Amino acid sequence: MKTVEELERIRKQAQAMTRLREGKETTRIVVGMGTCGIAAGARETLSAIMDELAKRNIQDVVVTQTGCVGLCEQEPIVDVIKPGAAKVTYGKVTKEKARQIVASHIVNGQVVGEWVIASA
Amino acid sequence: MEFYRSHVLVCGGTPCVLEGCKGVRDALIAEVKRRGLDREVKVVETGCLGPCDLGPVIVVYPEGTLYQKVRVSDVPEIVEQHLLKGRVVTRLVGEAPQAGVVKYEEPTYLGVQERIVLRNCGVIDPESIEEYIARDGYRALAKCLTEMKPADVIEAVKKSGLVGRGGAAFPTGLKWSFTAKADADQKYILCNADEGEPGTFKDRLILEGDPHSILEGMAIAGYAVGADKGFIYVRGEYVLSIERLGKAIEQAKALGLLGSNIFGSGFSFDVEIRKGAGAYVCGEETGLIESIEGKRGEPRIKPPYPGTEGLYGKPTVVNNVETIANIPPILLNGPDWFRKFGTERCPGTKVFTLTGDINNKGLIEVPMGITLRRVIYEIGGGIPGGREFKMAQTGGTSGGCLPKELLDVPMDYFTLPEHGSALGSGALLIMDASHCIVDIAECFMRFFEHESCGKCTPCREGTARLHEIVAKIARGEGKPGDLELLDELGSVMQVSSLCGLGQAAPVPIKTMLKYFRDEFEAHINDRLCPTGTCGI
Ligand SMILES: Cc1cc2nc3c(=O)[nH]c(=O)nc-3n(C[C@H](O)[C@H](O)[C@H](O)COP(=O)(O)O)c2cc1C
Ligand code: SF4
Ligand code: FES
Ligand code: FES
Repeated sequence: MKTVEELERIRKQAQAMTRLREGKETTRIVVGMGTCGIAAGARETLSAIMDELAKRNIQDVVVTQTGCVGLCEQEPIVDVIKPGAAKVTYGKVTKEKARQIVASHIVNGQVVGEWVIASA
Repeated sequence: MEFYRSHVLVCGGTPCVLEGCKGVRDALIAEVKRRGLDREVKVVETGCLGPCDLGPVIVVYPEGTLYQKVRVSDVPEIVEQHLLKGRVVTRLVGEAPQAGVVKYEEPTYLGVQERIVLRNCGVIDPESIEEYIARDGYRALAKCLTEMKPADVIEAVKKSGLVGRGGAAFPTGLKWSFTAKADADQKYILCNADEGEPGTFKDRLILEGDPHSILEGMAIAGYAVGADKGFIYVRGEYVLSIERLGKAIEQAKALGLLGSNIFGSGFSFDVEIRKGAGAYVCGEETGLIESIEGKRGEPRIKPPYPGTEGLYGKPTVVNNVETIANIPPILLNGPDWFRKFGTERCPGTKVFTLTGDINNKGLIEVPMGITLRRVIYEIGGGIPGGREFKMAQTGGTSGGCLPKELLDVPMDYFTLPEHGSALGSGALLIMDASHCIVDIAECFMRFFEHESCGKCTPCREGTARLHEIVAKIARGEGKPGDLELLDELGSVMQVSSLCGLGQAAPVPIKTMLKYFRDEFEAHINDRLCPTGTCGI
């Protein structure tokens, strides 16, 4: 290694590998993966979100799942929680909607109002 | 660019390997793939996570859920429930202290534990230099080589107040300054990873969990004192440590973080591994040097000290694994940061291996100066069956014993000696009231008799006599005057033995006589073992 910049470059790239384990506050996307959610297609929704994040090379977002929240008719349900902002809950998130949510809410900070079912 | 939503860390420390973590890891990888999750979930093998007694241990991120005693048969449920549906499998969570686990949204979960030395242990894949770099690895080395003069590095280590964690508590910065001052064409850095102290396995788990931190620390030491060559003397049984160190050295060389002209600074440094054959005395720095030179592992007469005349007669720094692991964070964050932990006289943390009659056995890192009571009852989860605490042995056989009178004394290198005890290397063996002091003393003295190298008379003869007298007392054949004899013999050994082995051998006996004399007397005067352990 000849320069400090070279180390910095490797560090930046590699940080994506361990960021999940740092416990730092970042944007979170939570997908409802209860039985009803999975039946309604939550698995595809989750895959679409993952794919869209990877395509856009977005590293500082954490994707997790949760169980049934009792809104079965709204499944698949996706929460977006940005640090310091209220939680936004989207309902009936198909894989196409999921990609749209990543593009406008995660990337551009624009909540997709018409699909929101709750905000707290 | 790969993007995973979840990382499953499988502890690959030796205690977990013995419990079958490899099978669990393989089953996880297969099951994740079978469920089509392999592009979303990554399985990573790490170093020790802390609760070694509960292995195999795994942690699922980003939630930071720690599962204990995981069997291959549990794997499908973990994958289905947690990784697919996001539901924690509560039956596998148990009571384990979530030691190395950084909790999402709860970074303060570590409670009383502080992690400086173990910062990467159980967090990164020790076989990946990229993961080490991601967590600020080699940045301290870069900073030293490009922004600091060697003298500044030594000054920073001095100011940090770091003292050696190998047992003798010598100030590290001062030790380096002797070697830096010495005029020689060749100097060496030795990392002491012999770890012969019974009950201690912290150095092993540091090496297994974060080998690059040792390479980086050694390179910094080399730059500070003007050495371009380092050796790591590792206990031969530490197969996994040796394997991971070997890989780490190769990776560091490939990236030019070891080798010549590092960061274009003109500074070059190389590291080689040397395997020890398991003699306790080879952990003593001059015995270790003899052993590396290919001679019989017998301590040398000091002075001259290794700092000016060490390996092959050249100025040599010998430091313990844990001491070296502290170096990169100290240089990166500065001495004032380091002094925020621990006590004024003894800053930083201490890594202990917690064993014996304690609920949560394993590897812990706590601020220096914490009391034994907090370690046992807050971190260790107390003594099984609610039994009564009798004593703790610190630092293995060469350390001291801490009776219940010392439960509230701050544990650091300077306070414990004021009470006739010692902090030692890092074993913390807890014993409840069912153990007999004379029996324990007999066991310790047998160890020293066996390990004495025989070079000097006070130790060669003294360890044999100490053992003989204590064994007689245990058999109910003690005579009046034996205790005085033990005490006197111990004092002679302490002042006249050549190396620390003979000097420390009487310490456990002396502290036991100080705090548990009545138990020895019962064996001698009443021919009675109060706990019924000794068959008299
Ligand atoms: C009998 C004996 C055994 C020792 N074993 C070890 C050991 O296993 N590991 C270690 O680091 N230091 C051991 N030491 C202490 C070393 O001599 C030396 O003080 C230490 O490695 C210096 O490193 P430090 O300043 O970083 O603590 C032992 C000392 C004696 C007398
Ligand atoms: S004190 Fe014991 S171990 Fe040390 S040199 Fe003397 S005989 Fe050998
Ligand atoms: S080795 Fe696995 S928890 Fe310590
Ligand atoms: S006869 Fe050798 S030491 Fe006493």
